[in-house]
Amino acid sequence: MNGRPEMSANNDKAKNFKITMIRLIKELRGYRTLVIFSIILAVLGSVLSIIAPNKLSDLTNEIQSGLQINNTNLELLNNHIKEQTEPETLYQKLNDIINVRVSSKTINLINNSNEISQTEKEEFNNLINDRTNLENIKSLSNNILNLILYDSEYKNQLITKEDKIEFLNNLENINNYPNSIKNIIFEPITIDEVIINSNDLVTYLTALQSISDSNELIIKLSSMPKSISNVLSSDMNWEQIKLICIYLFGLYIFSATFTYLESISMTDVANKFARRLRQNISIKINKLPLKFFDKHRIGDTLSRVTNDIDMIAQSLNNSLATLVSSLTLFIGTIIMMFVTNYLMALTAIISSLIGFALMFLVLKKSQKYFVLRQVEIGNLNAHIEEIYSSINVVKAYNGQKEANYKFEQLNKKVYDCNRKGQFLSGIMMPIMHFIGNFGYVAVCIVGALLTSNGSISFGVIVAFIMYVRLFTSPLSQIAQAMTSIQSTAAASERVFEFLDEEEMDDESHIVKKLSKNEAKGKIEFKNITFKYDGNEKPTIYNFSATALPGQKIAIVGPTGAGKTTMVNLLMKFYDITDGDILIDGVSTKEITRENVHDLFTMVLQDTWIFNGTIKENIVFNKKNVKQKDIEKVCKKVGIDHLIKTMPKGYDTIITDDDSVSAGERQLITIARGMIDNAPFLILDEATSNVDTRTEELVQEAMDKLTENKTSFIIAHRLSTIKNADLILVIKDGNIIEQGTHNELLEKKGFYFELYNAQFEK
Amino acid sequence: MLKLLKKLTTFEWIMIAISVVLIILQVWLDLKMPDYMSNITVLVQTPDSEISEILINGGYMLLCALGSLVFSIIVGYLAATISASLARILRKSLFNKVENMSMDDIKKFKTSSLITRTTNDVTQVQMFISLGLQLLIKAPITAIWAVSKILNKNWEWSLLTGVAVLILLFTIGVLIIVVMPKFKKVQLLIDNMNGVMRENLTGIRVVRAFNAEKYQENKFAEVNNSLTKLQLFNQKTFGILSPVMYLIMYCLTLGIYMVGARLIDAANMGEKIALFGEMVVFSSYAMQVIMSFLMLAMIFMLLPRAEVSAGRINEILDVKIKIKDGKVKMGKSGVQGKVEFKNVNFKYPNAEEYVLKNISFVANAGETVAFIGLTGSGKSTLINLVPRFYDVTEGEVLVNDVNVKDYEQESLHNLIGYVPQKAVIFKGTIKSNVAYGEDGKGKKSEGKIKEAIKVAQAKDFVLKMPKKYDTQISQGGTNISGGQKQRLSIARAIARDPEIYIFDDTFSALDFKTDAKLRKELKEYTKNATTLIVAQRIGTIMHADKIIVLENGKCVGMGSHKELLENCEVYKQIALSQLSEGELQ
Repeated sequence: MNGRPEMSANNDKAKNFKITMIRLIKELRGYRTLVIFSIILAVLGSVLSIIAPNKLSDLTNEIQSGLQINNTNLELLNNHIKEQTEPETLYQKLNDIINVRVSSKTINLINNSNEISQTEKEEFNNLINDRTNLENIKSLSNNILNLILYDSEYKNQLITKEDKIEFLNNLENINNYPNSIKNIIFEPITIDEVIINSNDLVTYLTALQSISDSNELIIKLSSMPKSISNVLSSDMNWEQIKLICIYLFGLYIFSATFTYLESISMTDVANKFARRLRQNISIKINKLPLKFFDKHRIGDTLSRVTNDIDMIAQSLNNSLATLVSSLTLFIGTIIMMFVTNYLMALTAIISSLIGFALMFLVLKKSQKYFVLRQVEIGNLNAHIEEIYSSINVVKAYNGQKEANYKFEQLNKKVYDCNRKGQFLSGIMMPIMHFIGNFGYVAVCIVGALLTSNGSISFGVIVAFIMYVRLFTSPLSQIAQAMTSIQSTAAASERVFEFLDEEEMDDESHIVKKLSKNEAKGKIEFKNITFKYDGNEKPTIYNFSATALPGQKIAIVGPTGAGKTTMVNLLMKFYDITDGDILIDGVSTKEITRENVHDLFTMVLQDTWIFNGTIKENIVFNKKNVKQKDIEKVCKKVGIDHLIKTMPKGYDTIITDDDSVSAGERQLITIARGMIDNAPFLILDEATSNVDTRTEELVQEAMDKLTENKTSFIIAHRLSTIKNADLILVIKDGNIIEQGTHNELLEKKGFYFELYNAQFEK
Repeated sequence: MLKLLKKLTTFEWIMIAISVVLIILQVWLDLKMPDYMSNITVLVQTPDSEISEILINGGYMLLCALGSLVFSIIVGYLAATISASLARILRKSLFNKVENMSMDDIKKFKTSSLITRTTNDVTQVQMFISLGLQLLIKAPITAIWAVSKILNKNWEWSLLTGVAVLILLFTIGVLIIVVMPKFKKVQLLIDNMNGVMRENLTGIRVVRAFNAEKYQENKFAEVNNSLTKLQLFNQKTFGILSPVMYLIMYCLTLGIYMVGARLIDAANMGEKIALFGEMVVFSSYAMQVIMSFLMLAMIFMLLPRAEVSAGRINEILDVKIKIKDGKVKMGKSGVQGKVEFKNVNFKYPNAEEYVLKNISFVANAGETVAFIGLTGSGKSTLINLVPRFYDVTEGEVLVNDVNVKDYEQESLHNLIGYVPQKAVIFKGTIKSNVAYGEDGKGKKSEGKIKEAIKVAQAKDFVLKMPKKYDTQISQGGTNISGGQKQRLSIARAIARDPEIYIFDDTFSALDFKTDAKLRKELKEYTKNATTLIVAQRIGTIMHADKIIVLENGKCVGMGSHKELLENCEVYKQIALSQLSEGELQ
């Protein structure tokens, strides 16, 4: 009644978490294979999650390698050039190339020439003295060079005199070297099957002089000869890239498949487990003694069947697998981090943990508000329910102002809790997001510092960027899973508590049986004493009476006097504390409850109709009932005509609401009782809420029902009471008088008062 | 849903506007971050980069992240406030509406449904608004912004992202079409299962008496199975979503990288580095695009449920208040406790049949007028016209010679002491229950309350309770019996000292003895007050001054017990079914 008790119930904690969880695991034993299967899949999925980013970073590296100078080739090239331009080799080579041939004839010719100045002549003479000095040759004028140089061959290459002169004139400017010379100084080189000719080498060398670092080289590369840029720009390793892509794609597909398989197998487990628990509760209900239901509200049991079991199923479905995969991811990442670099690992963990400490603080606080909100919502709902269902009185008594005032107050409280709770739970995601970014930056900075120390390589930083991402996501999932497991434990505890309730005594050892058809119909009460659990005084004390076959016993008394106690004892719903009830001389203790029920037909005042057709409601659990019999009974009760006027006749579906009137419901239950046709009858007469004409019909039907049966009637009609063979007068739960109508009137006791009250003015 | 938003005040709209601005800022910061991130990535991967540069970029990125966090916290706060505020306003309007609705509207909607509309449905709408407000604004902004950022970068990448979004939407669309209708069916099956369980529990005695335990177990197994089967189908089908979603996201990244590799390879050396940077940034924007479409899809999955709730709330808010307050505060001077019906006809709105036809009678001060008839004869309806729970269709109801429609409702109710068939008990003490409401005469004295309790035959049991008059009564009065509740609710009427008592089948819950004694003492106590009684039991009314017999809304007899026995066949039938000929005399 009071709001939604079941909602607030979900928030509390299990009284004994450990025992409940162990029990839950035990109960799940039947699904072991599937559970283990999905746990393995979850672990595998996580492992794949750890591998995938590494692979992706491999791919990035591969692509990035395409951006860089091919260092191997660069080195090859530079070495080649360096080798060629080594001073000694170069001199040797140059000498060989220039090949100054000075015969005495030439010397004379020069020395005697008028065209050649004295200074030149002196220089020439110096050259003669040191032929190897290139500087000396260079400084010579073309006139002299013309005389001392000849066409010559170097390594099969013809070098003309003119080339030589040109070369010597342009010694400073490599680009202007004649080709023949270039070819000799910068020997072409073949790198990666690309031939770089001397010209290209020269261009490269020239460009190199104005370049200070590798970045500029990359930029200049595009303006360099094709052969050079081809050799220096590194090719992406397409084979490798293709391989990684296929590998990654496979990984993703596998990962998705694992996730899906895991999810459907846990779904299977969760739902089937829930079904079993529900079924167990349904079976359990029928094994519990009635006193249980007198103490527990229906809503409570219902909430276990739906909310609690739902909670268990949901968390099995989501939390278990999430927890396993998150834990795997979490632990896996930590191991990977520490294996890679412990300093970086500490950075990543500490920077995340700071954030998580903050988050848990928020989580705890929001939890508080959610619990509070449940309480406040419960209060508000209770108030709304109270006012709505009493609106006529509220109006008639001018209670609106008061109701509004209270409503406003409660509404404000809910508003406050709502706002705060929602706000706090809403900022979890942004905080999570921030933690991720924070960790990222922290790892980058510490990583860069460490790199400058030279203690780690760059690849480590890249790897850690991935690890931080992997590390922060499972933590929040673990936190969520933990809270949901807490609620699951509480829910499971309630379910198990119900399943563990004390059952009725086992009766399987009872072999004695009273046959329905052979019963004569005599019932004896022998010194019966009965006390409800928890009551101090017995409700019935030392009561004895005898009902002979076919007799009518009326039970009368004010409302709420405890008339149902008699029904409870007769039907063996409760066990009597002392004394004995004998049916045809046989103690009810010696026969099973089922046997007792078999002997009795029971029609109660609060009619019980279930969702189903009229036919189903009449036949109930009776087997092999023919349509003919049903109609016969209904005719007898007087509702055959009414039923036939309904849209689908006997197959009309009726529900436990207002679709059939109270009187009609009463008649249907009487028909149900008649079909049952047992030798004993317990009957609760209808009182109010039935209009007079239907009431007459009901009474007629009841009279027919009692024919030839030993009947116990909770009586409201004077005619029934007066005609009864025995009247039991009940007040405050006790049988205070017994006898026939006349006997009791003569006694001038309670019955006398009760009877006369209705004529008083 | 939109209609409900109209209920928000300017203040909340300002908050929404602020949220929009903040969300735009937040998205801006969120989209800024990938730039810094890629800067850092490039810096970290270039060997000779300066630490200070990483620090600067890292600092900017953290600043963005922090800014985004701060904005989203503020937005979260605003959204929580707005949604909680909306919920509060909605509950308040619903509550006020229901309070002022006429009884037939309340009957039409059913009390239980009105309760769920005021509580659960409002909560549903609130949840949607608090989540939706953020997502609904953020998702499109992010999507559009991110799309615009990447659109002119490279058509191949854009195409790839577009295809991914299409696949994603297609998957979600198919799931919605396949599973959504079945989701609705789940609730039905849960209700079914609860129904079977509930009927098993309420009928536990019958089930056992008929040895029908197995029958019920099988029935439960059937609904249990069909629920499990449907749940399995739904959850297994829906389970596809998450892996597919991730697969799409991962494959999109992979695709962007692959295409990127080709592009980089084909580009000349100078553009390569720029392309690489673009690729990294693009892939993070593409993720943003996917995520925002996912958010939008989520909203569309949540929307229908909230929409249903919103519709149910609107249904109530749209009800027109039929009973309008009059202005008169007092009846004609000198007239006290007079009730008169003049040719009253009544039918429920939209109903064909009249419930009451041409009813006329006068009840003068001090008289007791009783109404009797079969169920559905209209006697309760008739009596409910006096406190104006309904308005007559034709004719007039006069109290103290003034039409009830002309009264200010509060003043009219001050004249009346009304006791319904079903006793109403509020959470509180015995005292507070008896002193309930206002009667225009100020606070009720302790003595008055005790006297009322005594007259209502409730003193005995009240004194037996642990704290006597101050005993707490739980909601619905679950800790006292039906008869006790009824006596308290009668005491409540007595404590008002009204001019007119209305007992709507109040006495059937009492046993004959208490019934008789109570009426006797009440008669003595009230002397001058007019009493209108609806009853089922002849014994309760046979001594009334005037008995009105109703059949199908028509008055078929009016007079004293004796007169009616002689000349009213319907009355005679009813009487004879309850008492023997001798007893009737």
